[in-house]
Amino acid sequence: MTTSLSGPGSASQAPGREPTGSRPARKRRTARNDAPITLTGLAVKVILLGLTAGIAVWAAFPLVEGEKWAGLALLAATTAGLFYLYLTPRHIPAKYLVPGTLFLIAFQVLPVLYTASTAFTNFGDGHRGDKDDAIVAIQTASVKQVPGSAEYALSVATKGDPATGPLVFLVSDPATGTVSAGDAGGLTRLDAADVTVAPGGKVTAAEGYTILNFGQAGARSQEITDLVVPTDAGALRSSGLSRAYEGRAVRAYDQGCDCIRDSETGKTWTADEAVGSFVAADGERLAQGWKVNVGLSNFTRVITDGNISGPFFGTLIWNFAFAIGSTGGTFLLGMFIALALHSPRMRYTNLYRVLLILPYAMPSFAMLLVWRDMFNTDFGLVNNLFGLGVNWFGGEWTARFAVILVQLWLGYPYMFLVATGALQAIPRELTEATSVDGASPWQSFRAVTLPLLLVALSPLLIASFAYNFNNFNAIYLTTEGAPFPADNPTNGATDLLITYTYRLAFGGQGAEFGFAAAISLFIFTIVAVVSAVSFRRTRKQEEVYS
Amino acid sequence: MRIRTAGVVAAFALALAASGCGGSDSSDEPAAQESTKASGGELVIWADDKRTAALQPFADKFGQENGVTVKVEAISKDLQTNFVTAAQQGNGPDVVVGAHDWIGNLVQNGAIEPVQLAADKKSAFSEISIKAVTFNGQVYGVPYAQENLALIRNTELAPEAPKTIEDLVATGKKLKAEKKVTETLCLQVGQNGDAYHIYPLYTSGGGYLFGTTANGDYDPKDLGVGKPESIEAFKKIGALGEKGEGVLKRSIADTNSIATFTSKKCAFLASGPWAITDVKKAGLKYDISPVPGFAGGKEAQPFVGVQAFYVAAKGKNKALAQEFVANYTSTPELAVALYNAEPRPPALTAALDQVKGSDPDLVKFQEAGKNGQVLPAIPAMAAIWDPFGKAEAAVIGGADPTTTVTAAGKTIAGSIK
Repeated sequence: MTTSLSGPGSASQAPGREPTGSRPARKRRTARNDAPITLTGLAVKVILLGLTAGIAVWAAFPLVEGEKWAGLALLAATTAGLFYLYLTPRHIPAKYLVPGTLFLIAFQVLPVLYTASTAFTNFGDGHRGDKDDAIVAIQTASVKQVPGSAEYALSVATKGDPATGPLVFLVSDPATGTVSAGDAGGLTRLDAADVTVAPGGKVTAAEGYTILNFGQAGARSQEITDLVVPTDAGALRSSGLSRAYEGRAVRAYDQGCDCIRDSETGKTWTADEAVGSFVAADGERLAQGWKVNVGLSNFTRVITDGNISGPFFGTLIWNFAFAIGSTGGTFLLGMFIALALHSPRMRYTNLYRVLLILPYAMPSFAMLLVWRDMFNTDFGLVNNLFGLGVNWFGGEWTARFAVILVQLWLGYPYMFLVATGALQAIPRELTEATSVDGASPWQSFRAVTLPLLLVALSPLLIASFAYNFNNFNAIYLTTEGAPFPADNPTNGATDLLITYTYRLAFGGQGAEFGFAAAISLFIFTIVAVVSAVSFRRTRKQEEVYS
Repeated sequence: MRIRTAGVVAAFALALAASGCGGSDSSDEPAAQESTKASGGELVIWADDKRTAALQPFADKFGQENGVTVKVEAISKDLQTNFVTAAQQGNGPDVVVGAHDWIGNLVQNGAIEPVQLAADKKSAFSEISIKAVTFNGQVYGVPYAQENLALIRNTELAPEAPKTIEDLVATGKKLKAEKKVTETLCLQVGQNGDAYHIYPLYTSGGGYLFGTTANGDYDPKDLGVGKPESIEAFKKIGALGEKGEGVLKRSIADTNSIATFTSKKCAFLASGPWAITDVKKAGLKYDISPVPGFAGGKEAQPFVGVQAFYVAAKGKNKALAQEFVANYTSTPELAVALYNAEPRPPALTAALDQVKGSDPDLVKFQEAGKNGQVLPAIPAMAAIWDPFGKAEAAVIGGADPTTTVTAAGKTIAGSIK
């Protein structure tokens, strides 16, 4: 942290080490006569570096608390690196590249790596924490009130300072009225003369003890929950701050056999590190498991589970059809309208443009829901308007047609916009020249306009394809993947891989993040390959036309 | 929280240090220590939007009486998932309010802790609501409201409560023939089915979801879907579907079922207490009766669900949370206030008695749920909803019940570990 103080100083100490010639202004930075610029620059630098340091310290506290030393080392190294970089006069290009690179790592690379590493675990509902968490949860969940035991009124007290003194439970038995003080050593009976008991049975004062109010007790919540006063039948535990009960943890972890033992039934559940659960001899699993590495099983499940691999291929084909259909359809329609409005003979073009932009201006989230209702068989606008009785989302092909139609409506204004822009960039002389050469409008469009348009729009089309390939909302908010074949409720006719994944991972047995991550990687690979291939082809195209 | 404060303080101190204006490295140490002491008795409650408003005054009162700060935070979407994630990260609330069928999932994720209710406190609640929040022999939450389906009917169109589904269909058909309505029954199905709403008909047809173990808990190993009884039940449901009587339709979904009823397009609506607000607003004359079953069939049993308060296992202030949940939320005043925020029958018998007089609908809803089944809270229940609903939609659309239900049973069994 002291390095920050030496920052401006060090820059002036070694002016000779600067790259010579090209940047003389930097040498003068600390010179008195250049004060205004220097001060502003210095202030910005100080504030930004101060913020960096502040964020680093802010992030360090939880890391220290969680004893995550590797993370802390990384944090310290990054911060130190940043300080070095912006306090030294050297490494000018790095000064510009590092922020972007850091954000790229934080927001792109790390999430992908995290997803990839999750794909090898059983992370999900029932397997979220580590083994210790699971053991604690199992033991706490098994604490039961000793049958027939009394319900005590409780006051939390201490002999010392309310904030730090050792805690004592003052409990009174409502049946007998006896008051006892309990701590980790056990219960001691208190003399009735020394205590004042309120009508409810709660001790309000006791000689030698300070009774904590709820605020004071609340501040020491963890200690109160942890305090267990041993008794013959089990132990006194607090139930809140005003009642105590005699309870017993029925299940306990035994380190020797690495198992959970039930003291009532004698049943044991042995830890199975392969699945991350405590499993009994009869195959029964305890609900609370922990996260373990499961190797490739999430990936192999996609292939070996017939329920998944069977429909996977069909879904993949439809997924391509949907992405190509919605991208291609919107592009063709958008371009056609753009061409029409580009014609010099067209009047009121601005009015048309405003009208055309409307669907694009509506939030697609709401529009998808509106379209869903419009396709309703009995109450929907589409059927009522045309006097049809089609169950749109009930039939395979009608449902597919409907979702593509909705996509077309939602997407063509965007394509119209970009196509208009690209058209205006194409000089009219080119098409005029072709017409002078005797080409028909169609020929000139094919030979000149379209190729030039495609050069400009290909990257957008690829991006749009990638987006539509994973267009979760388009399906989930309209058909939810319906219709489903009668014998397979997991894979519907309009399901995209992403909605299908979502259902597999989160629809059935709660959340299965590990499995979802594995399928995400499959989808990621497909989209990456498609995009890479398309971009290569685009580049070739550019070489041809330019 | 205090860590963040300390961090901001430290950041500021460092910014000063960096600018050379003063402040030494040690300046952040005492700041951190001080803020540790300051925030002691704070209780954080998470609930959905509606309940937050009702809870706030009571939380304030609890806070004032006991000298602690109580914060009620509204989580408007995916409360359960958000809670599980936050609990795992260690920055969740101390108390959470939600439906009882979350319990299985919350327990398997170690997110909530049992609540030790005294015997007298327990008996103050309706039996079924205590049964609902009991999981593996432990009470995991304090219930405050319960809800179930009933048949709401437009008494101008159908003065008599139907005894059986056949009665209902006959009345509906007559009304349709007279062009008074366009639909026989507004029971939401949707493209992908709705297991919750079809359940009374499913039980009346003889189907069941899970068998019960010796101690009365649901047994995930005894799955009823795919068994011959369930196929029989779905045959009866299919006969009411689009290719049969046309009473059950996929075009009636959660988005339009209540609206269709309130616009008088159907005389009967199968829904819960949450529909009453809309029905009242529409100014209909209505009455509430149990959802009827098939003639000669078994009882039509709706699911009974309960809303409850839970103590977060990883809350920072568990003792206070236990105090609030076990000893404070079981008061009738709170139950009545929550009832006023959203009219669902209170689970606390005393509170129900209190509001019963002014709201006869409550009694009728409770009557309709008397023979209901507690909505299973076991984690395996998560595997039911989707395949069961889709099988329902397919059968109503005219698919063969035998193959459809067998397939659904296989899918469900496959995803129960």
